[in-house]
Amino acid sequence: MLLSVRNLHVSYGHIKALQGIDFDVDEGEIICIIGANGAGKSTTLRAISRLVPVQKGDILFEGKSILHVPPEKVVSELGISHVPEGRRIFGNLTVKENLTLATYARKDKENIKRDLEYMFSVFPRLEERLNQKAGTLSGGEQQMLAVARAFMTARRVMILDEPSMGLAPLLMLEMFKALEEINREGTTILLVEQNARMALKFAQRGYVLETGKIVLQGPSQELLDNPDVKKAYLGG
Amino acid sequence: MSATEFFQNVVNALQWGSFYALIALGYSMVYGVLLLFNFAHGDIFMVGAYIGFFVATAFLALFASGVGIITLPSWAILVLVILATMFLTSFVGMAVERIGYRPLRHAPRASAAITGLMIGIIFETSILAMFGAQRMKFPELLPGLASASQPTFGGVIISWQKILIVGVALVLMLLLQWFVSNTKWGMAMRAMAFDFAAVPLMGVPLNRIAALTFALGSALAGAAAVLYSMAYPVLDPYMGITVGWKAFVAAILGGRGSIKGAALAGFLLGFIEIFAATVFPSTYRDLIAYSIILIILVFRPHGMFGEEHTARLRL
Repeated sequence: MLLSVRNLHVSYGHIKALQGIDFDVDEGEIICIIGANGAGKSTTLRAISRLVPVQKGDILFEGKSILHVPPEKVVSELGISHVPEGRRIFGNLTVKENLTLATYARKDKENIKRDLEYMFSVFPRLEERLNQKAGTLSGGEQQMLAVARAFMTARRVMILDEPSMGLAPLLMLEMFKALEEINREGTTILLVEQNARMALKFAQRGYVLETGKIVLQGPSQELLDNPDVKKAYLGG
Repeated sequence: MSATEFFQNVVNALQWGSFYALIALGYSMVYGVLLLFNFAHGDIFMVGAYIGFFVATAFLALFASGVGIITLPSWAILVLVILATMFLTSFVGMAVERIGYRPLRHAPRASAAITGLMIGIIFETSILAMFGAQRMKFPELLPGLASASQPTFGGVIISWQKILIVGVALVLMLLLQWFVSNTKWGMAMRAMAFDFAAVPLMGVPLNRIAALTFALGSALAGAAAVLYSMAYPVLDPYMGITVGWKAFVAAILGGRGSIKGAALAGFLLGFIEIFAATVFPSTYRDLIAYSIILIILVFRPHGMFGEEHTARLRL
C-alpha cells in the first residue's frame, strides 16, 4: 500500500474533526473521499501533509509512519504534493515562478524540464501565460496552475482539496480529464470533493466521510448506485 | 539658500539616506516575509558597529602597511572589513530569529514585538557590561582620504567618503534586488510574503528561508554600521536606537516588503531631515520630518509601494 491512514483522530480544541478514520490508497489509483461541508475532508488532507497535529492513530507511507516528518519534507522527500483548498497560488509571482518554486528541492534538471513540458501539454493555457503574474489569471487558470505546481514538486501522490470548486461545469470536466491524464502518466491521486458525482465518475474507489467518520466505502460504481449515497450526495 | 548650499545639502542627504535605506531594508524584508517587526534591528546595527570595530582593528593590524604581516592597500582592507562585518552580523540576526522569534511563530504578534524590544535591551546592556560606558573610537580605515583633494562640482565639495558611502550602499541595494528577483531563495521569500502557509507545500523549508531573511537584513545593517562608523567614528551602546527607529519609519513608509520602497523612503527621509534642518531651526528637524511622514501615511496607509494584500498565515 502506498498510503494508509489508520484510526486517525484530529481535533481542533474541543471540536473532534476526525474520529478514527481508516483508508488506503494504492500506487496508481484515483481515490476520492466525498462528504458534506465540515465532514473532515480538508482536515484529512492537512493531516497527511502534516499541517495539523494528530491526536491518535497513524499515517503510513510505504508502510512507514510519517507523523514525525516536517511538512516541506512530506513534499520534497516523500513526494506527497498537496493542492490546497482555494488554490493558494502565489499571486505576486509569475506563472513561471510559481512552477519554478515548486521545484525548489529538486535536483534532477532533466526531469524537471520534461515535467514542465508535459504540464504545458496538459494545460496549454499556462504556457501562453508564462510571464504573467499569477494573480491576474482567471479562476480556472489559477486552478490549472495549482495542479501544475503540485505536479512540479517531486510528486508521487497528489492530494487535491476540492479541485472542482468554483469552476464552471465545462471547466470542471476539463480539470478532471487533466487529472485522469496525470494519473495515467504515473501519479497516484487522492481527492476530496463535495461534487460527489463528478469525483466518483473519475475515481476507481471512494470513501464517504460523515462528521469525522468513514460511513461507506467501495468501488465508485457501487457508491454511485447506493441509494443512501444517491439520496445524500447525488441529489436523489 | 544658495545653489551651492542646496547641492551641498543634497550630498549630505544622500549620505544620511544611505544609512536609513540600508537599515530600513532589514526591517522591511523581515516584515514582508514573516509579518514581524524586528524591533531588535536597530541594536543589531549597533552590534554590527562593534563587530566592525574589532574586525577593522584586527585587519589593520594584520594588513596595514608598515605594521601588517601581509600588506594590502587600504581600499582592499576596507572591502574586507565590510564583507567580514556583514558576514558576522548576519549570524547575530540568525541567532535572534532562532532564539527569539521562531518559538513565537504562532504566538500573538505583540509577544514577538516585545521579544524584539527585550533582545534590543539585552544587546545594549551586554555591550555596556563588556566595554563600559566609555565611547570607543572607530579606527580610520582610509587614512589620507580626508586630506586628499576632494572632488568639487560647481563649488560643491563632494567628499570621497560620501561618494564611497553612497556608492557602496547603492551597490548593496542592487545586489539585494537582484537576489530577491532572480534566485530561488528570493522567489521563496516573495512567496512567503504573499502566502506564508502555502510555501511548505512547495517543498520549501520555511525556517531556512526565515533565517536567510534575517541574515540578509542583518548583513546590510552590518554594512551600514561600518559605513556609518566611517562618517561618525564614535561607538556607544545606544547608537542604534534613534537611527533604528527612523529606519523603521522609512521601512513602513516604503511599504511592506518592498525593496524599492524601503530604499527610496530611506533616501526621502534623509532629504526631509537635512532640508528641514536647513530651512528651520535644527531643533524643529524631527518635528517637521515626522509630521510630513505622518501626512504621507494618512494618504498612503500601505506605504509608497506597499500592496493591500496581507499574507495568509494559515492553510
